[in-house]
Amino acid sequence: MSSQDIPEETLPSAQGAHEGAVATAGDPFADPGLPPHEHRIQDIDEQAARRSERVVAMLFTLSMLATVGFIASYVTLPVDKNIYVFPIGHISALNFALGLTLGVALFCIGAGAVHWARTLMSDVEVADDRHPIEASPEVKAKVMDDFRQGAEESGLGRRKLIRNTMFGALALLPLSAVVLFRDLGPLPGTKLRKTAWSEGKMLINQNTMQPLRPEDVQVGSLTFAMPEGMKEEDHDFQQEIAKAALMIVRLRPENIKDKRSLDWSADGIVAYSKICTHVGCPISLYEQQTHHVLCPCHQSTFDLSDGGRVIFGPAGHALPQLRIKVNDKGYLEAMGDFSEPVGPAFWERG
Amino acid sequence: MSTASASDNRRKAPAGERVADWADGRLGIYSLAKANMRKIFPDHWSFMLGEVCLYSFVIIILTGVYLTMFFHPSMNEVVYHGSYTPLQGVQMSEAFRSTLNISFDVRGGLLIRQIHHWAALIFLAGMFVHMMRVFFTGAFRKPREVNWLFGFLLFVLGMFTGFTGYSLPDDLLSGTGVRFMEGAILSVPIVGTYISMFLFGGEFPGSDFVPRFFSIHVLLLPGIMLGLLVAHLILVFYHKHTQFPGPGKKNENVVGMPLLPVYMAKAGGFFFLVFGVIAAIAAIATINPIWAMGPYRPDQVSTGAQPDWYMGFAEGLIRVMPGWEINVWGHTFVLGVFIPLVIFPLVLGAIAVYPFIESWVTGDKREHHLLDRPRNAPTRTAFGAAWIAAYFVMLVGGGNDLWATHFHLSINAITWFVRVGFFVVPVLTFIATKRICLGLQRRDKDKVLHGRETGIIKRLPHGEFIEVHEPLSQDQLHTLTSHEQPKPLELEPEVDENGVARKASATQRLRVKLSKGYYGEGNQIPKPTVQEYEEITSGHGHH
Repeated sequence: MSSQDIPEETLPSAQGAHEGAVATAGDPFADPGLPPHEHRIQDIDEQAARRSERVVAMLFTLSMLATVGFIASYVTLPVDKNIYVFPIGHISALNFALGLTLGVALFCIGAGAVHWARTLMSDVEVADDRHPIEASPEVKAKVMDDFRQGAEESGLGRRKLIRNTMFGALALLPLSAVVLFRDLGPLPGTKLRKTAWSEGKMLINQNTMQPLRPEDVQVGSLTFAMPEGMKEEDHDFQQEIAKAALMIVRLRPENIKDKRSLDWSADGIVAYSKICTHVGCPISLYEQQTHHVLCPCHQSTFDLSDGGRVIFGPAGHALPQLRIKVNDKGYLEAMGDFSEPVGPAFWERG
Repeated sequence: MSTASASDNRRKAPAGERVADWADGRLGIYSLAKANMRKIFPDHWSFMLGEVCLYSFVIIILTGVYLTMFFHPSMNEVVYHGSYTPLQGVQMSEAFRSTLNISFDVRGGLLIRQIHHWAALIFLAGMFVHMMRVFFTGAFRKPREVNWLFGFLLFVLGMFTGFTGYSLPDDLLSGTGVRFMEGAILSVPIVGTYISMFLFGGEFPGSDFVPRFFSIHVLLLPGIMLGLLVAHLILVFYHKHTQFPGPGKKNENVVGMPLLPVYMAKAGGFFFLVFGVIAAIAAIATINPIWAMGPYRPDQVSTGAQPDWYMGFAEGLIRVMPGWEINVWGHTFVLGVFIPLVIFPLVLGAIAVYPFIESWVTGDKREHHLLDRPRNAPTRTAFGAAWIAAYFVMLVGGGNDLWATHFHLSINAITWFVRVGFFVVPVLTFIATKRICLGLQRRDKDKVLHGRETGIIKRLPHGEFIEVHEPLSQDQLHTLTSHEQPKPLELEPEVDENGVARKASATQRLRVKLSKGYYGEGNQIPKPTVQEYEEITSGHGHH
């Protein structure tokens, strides 16, 4: 049953038999029923109604014009033209024109429809009944009976062998789906423990792509390096650089607080993994006075003058240091791979 | 003769009616329309929040389909030779290059991309606010608990759809986000490294995650969401809309305007309003300028890296958690990352299960179609406010670097504030909100008993100043007094009338205690009674 066939008199206000109406006299808080409908200006003044009609029609017309404008912009504006729009700045002319015309075309349809609904369509509030969602006891009893009969006819409860084997079959079947996902990727193995660094690999400056000499590294500057032999075009470059990225700073040897760190340095140059031990962002902010480096992602802060120790933030362990030396030709080279896994910690890290 | 007139009748029926007849004979649309065409929808501004979500979802689907025509979900490395000169000759993935092409070479491509992304942000924000509306008005109560869960699932899936979506262009910012996700996965005990290898097809970043995220983003998650959305809407229709209490509005009726024409025009028009506003935003506000960030390289990063807002809460958890790591028996418990990973669903889940906790505590098994004003359910309102407080404290944590640079604060101080605040601020918020609710209840009571303050000061003949109070109309009196005030549960006496000792179980005690917290003394202000009202209004009034 729909609302339009509910006559006005079923509304609480007019419902003489409704208890609320009777009690009103004695109870100041009783429900007075739906308030009477208040007429809008458009309901009583045809002139105002016509004004509203014109506004709605104007909005729809504006939308049409905007659509024409959209097509015109699409056809006439070059895709690479930039314009200055105050206060936004330099933006793509085409994007600006298309977006605004589309926006106006859409908005005006919406505004027209809403204005139409608010001013010209009936705004009489009506009440509709709700019905409890729960089934009546009779319906429930019937459903239960039907189910019992159906279950009995299937014999599921009686023939245990069928039931058990069916459950077994259904339970095993999804294993096939699980197995199918095995080839999503390889097993971890020792992949996370090894990087592209090995003994004798020279440190290549990432900016110049030339091998680094100790004199290239000045106190107070942060240099990024990668192992020799790695090329951007390599198919596994992204995976390898994700582990091998290295940062190098020169400290005064007397400033190196950690003894092992001093042993692993060359001419006061220390080389640390650039990959944060928290969740693996590349660390890239260097404070030259304190020799602290900061990861811009989650603000873990490490002290490069003290063995890469964590001094603030969510990282759980120190940055791994790469043992380096100056080779016969005067270039910096690695004396082996990192002695521990680089990057974020994991279960097998130990 | 009679057959001729029958065919005459058929010819006379308008074309639209004949099409409808045809459809009715096959689909039964008339019965469907009978029940729904003039269905009543109550009107309240807050009911449009859900519509914002629905419409932005539709906009996302429409623009997303367009984007798939131009986007190449591939991580093959290519060298860029397109029209964006700053990146000429730069090595990048095909995904990134095709996103550049959409932004610079496809006419209107940038607009559709920006509408897609803006609509996604608005979709998530809309769901969040809609969920809060439903929460604070108690609209989640029976019979709508299942729909509450559907809505919650849509919110959670929306977050993951958003995350997989903004990771697709393979730019420097989103790649950093994916790296963060990989680091979080690695922290999972025992299976972390395996999940990571399987997800990325090997070591991070590999060349598989963009195509994999693509099918998750355009097919798997939206497919589930579409199903949930349809179910959500069917239930809204089936349960009928809730309404705020007021004159003529009862739990057994629904008062408002019919679907055809008013609601159809308003709601249909509102779709165009939402779409229009989002299109205008996309015209003037750049979002996710991937060309400025460049392609992803695992050894590069930009400062001020921020995820989309709905991930900010998770970002905050990961940023402020102390870096605990325990090494035992050759294994590492990466608690500093794993604990945030566990807290994230727990905090979200706390709001999801609340309806069931409340109905257990109150023992209320009736249907509720009349909404609560938040002040009339102080404990629920305080819980919701505390939850939001925890959420926003973590948002602050997620943006700790921006807070530090914009307000010249110490990042260490902010981090410590968030660490402490996550536990303290919700408690303070709970207490403050509850007091505010009770204060508002007192004010309502005063208004009922003494009338509305008019602001008119009257001087009496003997010099006293009084403020004139205007009595409320019966409509207002009814609205302010119609809410229920249940009594708290009582423990059954330990010894029953037959002298048999019966000890209450621990859960029963807890339930009674919680019930006191909801409805006990001091947790709700007793409503004014008719007697009180009449004593005050008869004779001693100020007029």
